[in-house]
Amino acid sequence: MTKTLRALMGATALVALAGVASAETTITVATVNNGDMVRMQGLMDDFNAKHPDIKVEWVTLEENVLRQNVTTDIATGGGQYDVITIGTYEVPIWGKQGWLESLNDLPAEYDVDDLLPAIRGGLTVDGNLFAAPFYGESSMVMYRKDLMEAAGMTMPDAPTWADIEAAAKAMTNRDADINGICLRGKAGWGENMAFLTAMSNSFGARWFDEAWVPQFDQPEWKATLDFYLNLMNNYGPAGASNNGFNENLTLFNQGKCGMWIDATVAASFVTGKDSTVADKVGFALAPDNGLGKRGNWLWAWSLAVPASSDAKAEAKIFIDWATNKDYLALVASKEGWANVPPGTRTSLYSNEEYAKVPFAKMTIDSINSADPTAPTVKPVPYVGVQFVAIPEFQGLGTTVGEIFSAALAGSKTADEALAEAQAVVTDEMKAAGYIQ
Amino acid sequence: MARALSPRRLWLTTAAAWFVALLIFFPVLWMILTSFKTEPSAVAMPPQFLSADWTLENYAEVWARSDYPRFFWNSVVISVGSTLLGLLIAIPAAWAMAFVPGKKTKDLLMWMLSTKMMPAVAVMIPLYLLFQRMGLIDTKIGLVVALMLMNLPIIIWMLYTYFKEIPGEILEASRMDGATLWGEIIYVLTPMALPGIASTMLLNIILAWNEAFWTIVLTTTKAAPLSAFIASFSAPQGLFYAKLSAASAMAILPILILGWFSQKQLVRGLTFGAVK
Repeated sequence: MTKTLRALMGATALVALAGVASAETTITVATVNNGDMVRMQGLMDDFNAKHPDIKVEWVTLEENVLRQNVTTDIATGGGQYDVITIGTYEVPIWGKQGWLESLNDLPAEYDVDDLLPAIRGGLTVDGNLFAAPFYGESSMVMYRKDLMEAAGMTMPDAPTWADIEAAAKAMTNRDADINGICLRGKAGWGENMAFLTAMSNSFGARWFDEAWVPQFDQPEWKATLDFYLNLMNNYGPAGASNNGFNENLTLFNQGKCGMWIDATVAASFVTGKDSTVADKVGFALAPDNGLGKRGNWLWAWSLAVPASSDAKAEAKIFIDWATNKDYLALVASKEGWANVPPGTRTSLYSNEEYAKVPFAKMTIDSINSADPTAPTVKPVPYVGVQFVAIPEFQGLGTTVGEIFSAALAGSKTADEALAEAQAVVTDEMKAAGYIQ
Repeated sequence: MARALSPRRLWLTTAAAWFVALLIFFPVLWMILTSFKTEPSAVAMPPQFLSADWTLENYAEVWARSDYPRFFWNSVVISVGSTLLGLLIAIPAAWAMAFVPGKKTKDLLMWMLSTKMMPAVAVMIPLYLLFQRMGLIDTKIGLVVALMLMNLPIIIWMLYTYFKEIPGEILEASRMDGATLWGEIIYVLTPMALPGIASTMLLNIILAWNEAFWTIVLTTTKAAPLSAFIASFSAPQGLFYAKLSAASAMAILPILILGWFSQKQLVRGLTFGAVK
């Protein structure tokens, strides 16, 4: 009887232990479809080996759809996602709303102080780190060294807008279907307005003054838009008002752009296997106008834990794995240093192997030259280089983007576009209670 | 009496029909061709056809990167489930509207149709909250209910139109022979309206299969159908058109096959009552 009882107790204990051993927590990670994220999904064997008790399920969506779904879920406290991929625009807004879990308790080995200060600053609200950067980017000039050489010109490492205009003029060859410059023209707060807002900073323009009064009626914005339209109309591709990142990437890779000013992550594409000009590309900082600010932006795709997640501890373990130094080393060992997610850690840029990557130095210099807390020449009441970190900006940015895109398409003049932008933004800011 | 067409007129009509058919089919054809190109070939300007680099790599990568069978199965369950549930509700409703109409029946039909004119995003937050409270987010049953509700006005309208073609006297005769209400609907009305019901069913399956707003908003991983599968291959930065085309081709292929094999039924149903 005693033997039987012992056997039964032993069996029960074993079953209980087996139950504990197989207890598995599933976390849902919402992400965008880009090269770095896809690469991470391919390296999940490493995470699974280290954390067999955490199962990761992926939801990969187009950027705008992801933003819509995640916003809906977080705003309603849905708890569908345990890790979300968010941009630098959302982090300060969502952090203030209490929608994100603080990441201040990441382990010491994570080495938060190693994160690039400009990137970390954009992800921190009131001393709380609300997201861990997966990759960071700025913008810079990518240009055709061969065309510049043929034109007898040299691109400075830190060009002015006048240098850019002169180079665009020299490289434009309509007969050979080569446009001197390709820039974003497609409407959207993350499309043409990302470029134009960053560009306007170098002309001394700003979206709002210290009292939140819109500034599109000021001479700095007129100078920005006039210069942009002149540059694109004279040296840009046909139908530029429909061109975003991917369209310009296609044109540049096919050898149809002398220059392209866009995200630093494009560097790996224009020097990659799909580019017909891979060995002819040079890099320079985004241009300035001698006013102390360059026309480059600052962005990071980061991983955060929604406050509504019911697996916060496991979500943080995943974020730690995906954004720590070991992950960078893992990518380097499997895919090479050129494919390591850029723009997040200081230590990466002191690595001798990484320094050999052709665009590494220009990327870090570009990131370091952007300051989200003081984006333009004059003081502003907002944070953000190519955006204004207020909830209303998505709508405002897209509306103004549509107006400026129409100006590029030729359906209105620069003056008409600026007057319309001023009126629209003023109305919206009044309705939102920022101004009387 | 039908008038005979002259050979010249027949040739012109045939050519025009082929032209329109090719025009409609061209986007699908181009998508399928793009799915077999390399990424640089897919975006080349001018567009490449004979000179394109052809590859099967896109399909291999799409298959390797996602759990296609799961997305496929979810699509099948959601589209067939919502259709059957919709028919279950719509057949009695359409019967009542066709054979025992009230004063407000026409208004009711118009109101139902008007709900289809409302932009889906207008009810996104209320419906999301409702589903969340009921624990229906990312469940197949939740999507079956949601898509059934979305398509119910169309199902009722179609069935109403078919039922109106059936003489009420036949139903009356069955009642006089002692048929109950359900017996009348199941054994008399349904067999007579079978072509219409079949085409309604097929059309609704196609609509549910292709629905891409609610299926993406209301799912994450467990119940996500092929529309979510396609959405996962769009990218803001980088070339993706060939892979996206491969994913789209894999998503529409099953419904294309269904449409091909049931085209006779579909056409028969859709033209039911058109010629008297």
